[in-house]
Amino acid sequence: MRKVGVIGVGQTKFKRRPDASIREIAFEAFKEAMEDAQITPKEIQASVICSATHYDKQRTPAGVVAEYLGLNPQPTFNVEAVCASSGVGLRIGWSFINSGLHDTVAIIGFQKMTELSSAEVQEVMGRSGDVMWESPFGTTMPAYFALYAKSHMHKYGTTEEQMAKVAVKNHFYATKNPKAMFQKQITMEDVLNSRMIASPLKRYDCCANSDGAACIILANEEISKNATDMPIWVTGLGLASSPMALTSRDPSFASFDCSSEAARQAYRMAGIGPEDIDVAEVHDCFTITEIINYEDLGLCEKGQGGRLAEEGQTYLGGEIPVNIDGGLLAKGHPVGATGASQIRTLVKQLRGESGETQVKGAKRGLAHNLGGIGMYCAVTILEV
Amino acid sequence: MNFAKFGKISYVAETKLQEFEKHLETGKVMGTRCKSCGQTYFPPRADCNCLKGDIEWIELSGKCKLMTFSTLYFAPASFRYEVPYTLGVAQFEEGPAVLAPFSKEIKENEIKVGMSLRLVPTELIGGRMIYELRKADS
Ligand SMILES: [Zn+2]
Repeated sequence: MRKVGVIGVGQTKFKRRPDASIREIAFEAFKEAMEDAQITPKEIQASVICSATHYDKQRTPAGVVAEYLGLNPQPTFNVEAVCASSGVGLRIGWSFINSGLHDTVAIIGFQKMTELSSAEVQEVMGRSGDVMWESPFGTTMPAYFALYAKSHMHKYGTTEEQMAKVAVKNHFYATKNPKAMFQKQITMEDVLNSRMIASPLKRYDCCANSDGAACIILANEEISKNATDMPIWVTGLGLASSPMALTSRDPSFASFDCSSEAARQAYRMAGIGPEDIDVAEVHDCFTITEIINYEDLGLCEKGQGGRLAEEGQTYLGGEIPVNIDGGLLAKGHPVGATGASQIRTLVKQLRGESGETQVKGAKRGLAHNLGGIGMYCAVTILEV
Repeated sequence: MNFAKFGKISYVAETKLQEFEKHLETGKVMGTRCKSCGQTYFPPRADCNCLKGDIEWIELSGKCKLMTFSTLYFAPASFRYEVPYTLGVAQFEEGPAVLAPFSKEIKENEIKVGMSLRLVPTELIGGRMIYELRKADS
């Protein structure tokens, strides 16, 4: 199998960006990735533009983004898998290179969550579930994950305090990531006393919408080896789906089937297991999601996710450091950019460029990117 | 289009399942079953994944057990005057599950995972039809 390497990564700071358009935000991340890879736009043979396009004013944004980045006449198109858009985009870029069709591909994920008016966002948000059978009753994103939280609590005894620990950890690490939206530590009391959104999930159990972009440059083996002394290789890929309707899913509501399946595929492809992972980025759209992800990815036994969080085992120095860049909860979640941002964090870790939050000697990283209310899941394994 | 009357608000009016709403008006919660492979569906489906069968309507008892629930304090624009409201997922005796709102007759502190409930067709002011979760003995 042809090897595929990551030769460049870039990311904007995640925050509200009333000062810039989507193409300009994408440019910032792209420029940083091109400087990191030390190549020019002419050398990019295809671009994969990733966003949840229902948040974009611009219809089919790949057109304006590729133009603004100087990537015409090379192929470009949009990939949409809601929050997993750029995780899926990475898989497509990998396939282009692995097949020999292209030698270098740019994956650009972006989102400007604040581009629509809040009334428009509310309207979009009301259609995040099955619009025939669920949205007519007023479901919301937090409500879907709250239903999982309540079930996980009932089945395994997971507590609101254990969930709060996840928020405290991720906000702690965000203060060490200059690209993160939140730069302030929070306490258990802050989380537990925050406003109820959808019981048992409170304000600090939920990730923050933000604006931003992230970019990953993939290349074939030869280019990767020439470009850098330390290419990072994409060695495992998994992509799976679950039913959209909640009622068609695993009735335990304590696990995301698409996560377990995508993880199984990625581990098998890389020929490793969860015990071999040194650092992980998992999709913490809500605190409960991070806890369930620990279990679905095999980082702990089923039902032990709450304990893992409670014991602080996912801090730097614990059993397995998770989301030590702040995660979606505190780094921010510009939907289309999140998957690529996770990859950027891992690449920095594996290169040893993570400063204060460096996992010493990290050789293998895993990124887990969940789409929407858990319909899509992309898992990616990177190795030095 | 009858299906446009289903739900507190409606996003989809055109479907092969128009009859569902008519049944709801007569007090029946209907699912569908594939005549070929026997698979039962709720929410109802017009087509079976076995690709072979004709679909027939079947009445569900409405008897169900609560699998999980959440009370929402923050809602989409069209629901902002309804908060707080509680949604639950319950499994029918017959096997399939339903996501539905709780009747206001049940207080949040009375709700427990595993409790027996009944799914009841309900007409709202203005003629819209929904179903809601009520106490099993109500
Ligand atoms: Zn069938």
